[in-house]
Amino acid sequence: MNLVNFRFETGADGVALLTWDMPDRSMNVITFEVMDELEKVIDEVARNPEIKGCVIASGKAAFSGGADLSMLQKSAVEYAKAVREQGEEAAMKQFFEGARKLSLLYRKLETNGKPFAIAIRGTCLGGAFELALACHYRVLADTEKTKVGLPEIKVGLFPGAGGTQRVARLMQTGEALQLLFKGEQLKPAKAKSAGLVHELAPENEIVDRARAFIVNGGKGKAPWDVEGFKPPSGRVYSPGGMMVWPAANAIYRRETFDNYPAAKAILHSVFEGLQLPFDLGLRVEARWFAHILRSRQAAAMIRSLFLSKNELEKGAHRPKEIPPAKFAKIGVLGAGFMGAGVAYVSALAGIEVVLIDRDQESADKGKAVIDKLVSGQVSRGRATAADKEALLARVTATADYDKLAGADLIVEAVFEERGVKAEVTKKAQEVVGPDVIFASNTSTLPITSLAETSLKPENFVGIHFFSPVEKMLLVEVIRGKKTSDRAVATALDFVRVLKKTPIVVNDTRGFYANRCVLNFVREGHIMLTEGVPPAMIETAARMAGMPVGPLSLNDEIALDLAWKIHLATKKDLGEAAVDPTQERVLHFMVEQEGRLGRKNGKGFYDYPATGKKSLWPGLSALADKTLDPDEIDVEELKQRFLVVQAAEAARTLFEGVVTDPREADVGSILGFGFAPFTGGTLSYIDGIGTAAFVAICDALAQKYGERFAAPAQLREMAKKGESFYGRYGAQAKAA
Amino acid sequence: MPEAYIYDAVRTPRGRGKPDGSLHEVSSLGLAVTALAALKERNGLDGAGVDDVILGCVDPVGEAGGDIARAAAISAGYGYEVPGVQINRFCASGLDSVNFAAAQIMSGQHELTIGGGVESMSRVGIGASGGAWPVDPAIAIPSYFMPQGVSADLIATKYGFSRDDVDAYAVQSQQRAARAWEEKRFAKSIVPVKDVNGLTILDRDEHMRPSTDMQSLAALKPSFAFLAEQAGFDAVAIQAHPDVEKLSHVHHAGNSSGIVDGAAAVLLGSREVGERHGLKPRARVRAFANIGSEPALMLTGPVDVTKKLLTKAGMSLSDIDLIEVNEAFAAVVLRFMQAFGIDDGRVNVNGGAIALGHPLGATGAMLIGTAIDELERSGKATALVTLCIGAGMGTATIIERV
Repeated sequence: MNLVNFRFETGADGVALLTWDMPDRSMNVITFEVMDELEKVIDEVARNPEIKGCVIASGKAAFSGGADLSMLQKSAVEYAKAVREQGEEAAMKQFFEGARKLSLLYRKLETNGKPFAIAIRGTCLGGAFELALACHYRVLADTEKTKVGLPEIKVGLFPGAGGTQRVARLMQTGEALQLLFKGEQLKPAKAKSAGLVHELAPENEIVDRARAFIVNGGKGKAPWDVEGFKPPSGRVYSPGGMMVWPAANAIYRRETFDNYPAAKAILHSVFEGLQLPFDLGLRVEARWFAHILRSRQAAAMIRSLFLSKNELEKGAHRPKEIPPAKFAKIGVLGAGFMGAGVAYVSALAGIEVVLIDRDQESADKGKAVIDKLVSGQVSRGRATAADKEALLARVTATADYDKLAGADLIVEAVFEERGVKAEVTKKAQEVVGPDVIFASNTSTLPITSLAETSLKPENFVGIHFFSPVEKMLLVEVIRGKKTSDRAVATALDFVRVLKKTPIVVNDTRGFYANRCVLNFVREGHIMLTEGVPPAMIETAARMAGMPVGPLSLNDEIALDLAWKIHLATKKDLGEAAVDPTQERVLHFMVEQEGRLGRKNGKGFYDYPATGKKSLWPGLSALADKTLDPDEIDVEELKQRFLVVQAAEAARTLFEGVVTDPREADVGSILGFGFAPFTGGTLSYIDGIGTAAFVAICDALAQKYGERFAAPAQLREMAKKGESFYGRYGAQAKAA
Repeated sequence: MPEAYIYDAVRTPRGRGKPDGSLHEVSSLGLAVTALAALKERNGLDGAGVDDVILGCVDPVGEAGGDIARAAAISAGYGYEVPGVQINRFCASGLDSVNFAAAQIMSGQHELTIGGGVESMSRVGIGASGGAWPVDPAIAIPSYFMPQGVSADLIATKYGFSRDDVDAYAVQSQQRAARAWEEKRFAKSIVPVKDVNGLTILDRDEHMRPSTDMQSLAALKPSFAFLAEQAGFDAVAIQAHPDVEKLSHVHHAGNSSGIVDGAAAVLLGSREVGERHGLKPRARVRAFANIGSEPALMLTGPVDVTKKLLTKAGMSLSDIDLIEVNEAFAAVVLRFMQAFGIDDGRVNVNGGAIALGHPLGATGAMLIGTAIDELERSGKATALVTLCIGAGMGTATIIERV
């Protein structure tokens, strides 16, 4: 056999060993070539009387990450082309056959008549784990690095190569659905107890154990191919089924707001499949898979959450000619909540951190925050006591600026006050000199003006972390007017070391993310004054796909902070720059009622000492009139929340604040949770279509005001039939 | 168009729908036969003239499966030539049976038909017939499936009925039902269930708790709170009605309809057939209607269908002397009265399913009998009977005394 991606050899005991080891790749992935070669192997095993069975293993440290997602993305593009060329029905038929090819291949392996055993070490995910599930015996290396699972749901897909059918026949239905919904990666012990694998073994024994299964007469027959097989939870239409399915459907809606068709397709596939013979179950799963593969949501999520995110993390906008920066030691100025967070994630990445505040006590407070964060990881089993000790040892909390000597980077995270920032900048630069890159974590003050307080403005850059730092994956790297390529490259390298995702943003008020968020929150305020019931505002926002409602979000941020920012903007830019309704709401809440948000136990919500928060009944005072809730168009509320943010995102692109639609999209999802199923702010517009989006803007602007007005450039794009990825995508790639 | 007249209506007593209930030993068939045989005997029918027997049954499986109406007609001695059909529109099945029977007569195709219903909840069990609605994602998700109790709690929350409101309504239902029994207001319709020797097994509704008061109800825990929170139904309710911040769970066994066993049958026919058999009509079916309503609230169909029916009949609610709104849950009746801005003076004057019980497929036909009896007792003319229905529907019928 002529194989490129595999090695195939048969031992004296008649057991073949198939070693998956793709040339020129660090990780095995499923491609069309891999599928073709695997089919040849299956045919050979089935045909050759000398071969008793086959063990599948990987020649790499990990087993495989699954299917090549760009392959799936391409198939959707090819479908669109085939529709144009051959008509919808023929194209769909062809697409359906393509979409089930991997599923049929695995089924062929499962029913070839001879046993296949698989030996897994390292990660084995998605389509690769579906291969494992089709094998008759599964051995896992009992190591830290071994993880198996079906994470397809995270990019808007679901396991479509038999995964839903096999998992639902191996596990109780409720547990199977949870596994498929969450896309969780399981450690060996959990995979074993869940019944997904047969055996755990030391890494160097996995192949022998798999081989032993075959040598000892293990059968090449899946449990569901044995006469009389019953799935663990019994029949769907049974009292047992009534215990599972009504709740599963309800929990789907609770968790997704019915925005994620792939999650719904899991329900459909399992529900329908469990009522059918196995092969028909596979066919039904494939029908749903083909349906989901063509969905706008899957295309958008694969692009933004997988491809674009990876590209940005690999430095899509990093000035290429600058050599990579190394970070052995950094300084963090300000040991408040943000500073401690930055110090924590840096220490976690193995960097020595000098955490500075105005006195030792303040600095120690910051270190206590870090202690709490890492202790939390230990108690959750995600770190050991030794990890904790080592991490804390890397953090020096001090008031002594001299300790900064030798730092590779300074991150400033003190109060948002120019005077304080200027002072600490000066003190730090006196120690480290002007050539060390100096990064400010400001969220509101323009970098260009802050840079003026630095000895060398070209070495001054913004690195805007989001709160809480340890959880939020996005970092905005802010390029001031004088910021050099070296400063930007250093910032990007730093973000990469922290394993976060950067977007590069040009310097303006609010940068990118906060500008969009501000629009979201303000829309909620305006709805309050219109008389929309507060509960409806909150729920409509979440139904639109946002992680929290605008009133909750503002309570978390603190209303007095929002009020301060409002007043500062008004002072700096004038009356026209602020919204009078926003002013009325914030003035009422902060000045009149003293309601500052969660921090003083009262904001838009009341926060009782025990029990859940509830909306403050006094909000009715803000309503201009009382509306009948059943007459309010909830779909329009949802649309307003997304459109007002997307329109602002488009403005930032036209103003040159962001330069690449991938950054706007990825930034919006990771930075402020913009409806992930849309693929992000600009994918949302592209998904609707520019012309249709402009029409929506016009209608909303007429009804609700100029904040919905479509920018002139967007109108121009609509006229030309351009999309963001069409217009800016190629250009961004060329850059 | 021929008129459809109601010549008689009978029902069994309602037995507590548990293994310790008096009717647990009686099969679904036995219950249906009791009602059909009584109708035949009281009206001197030889059976042969009956064109159809239509019986509602919500869980028509097992002993209640396979067209129980045909089995019951034969067993009740109607003769082989009398056919039977079982229908299911959940809780309104019994009323729809009466309406379907009336429709056969109004269309001129049949002359004498029986509409009724049967449910042995203690023997077959609620939900025994399964169905796609709660389980199949293809319908459960778009229809915002929730258990009915959660929908009832949603109605209470959305329309502002407190725990005290629903409990007070339940207490009144018990008091009114007790008075009705004391004054023998149900006597005309009730047919005792007897054994093979003629011994009485049950001759009285046995679910009632006349001593119920606010204190005793206050001790009951909400029935649907835990389920709603654990299984995600609270979230489903809120996504369907986002003006609701948090569901307030007010319903419990004491202010919801009782689970009971029972059967009912109503004899309908044209004027001519009545004259031929020497039967005196008691009422006329004036109009009836069905509607689908918002499925998350599920149980507000009586409001929608009553509006539709009144418009169709060219009437207003003030033309109606007596209203029977099935007491599936207290909030259903409270919402009905709130929506029409009426008080309880002419609504469920002899109590309802909270006190008496709700034998699902039979209740609608029972309420027709209850309404006719009360019209005759009080000397009034017009009654409206309506029921809320699973998956968001409503059925309503207007009858008038002749």
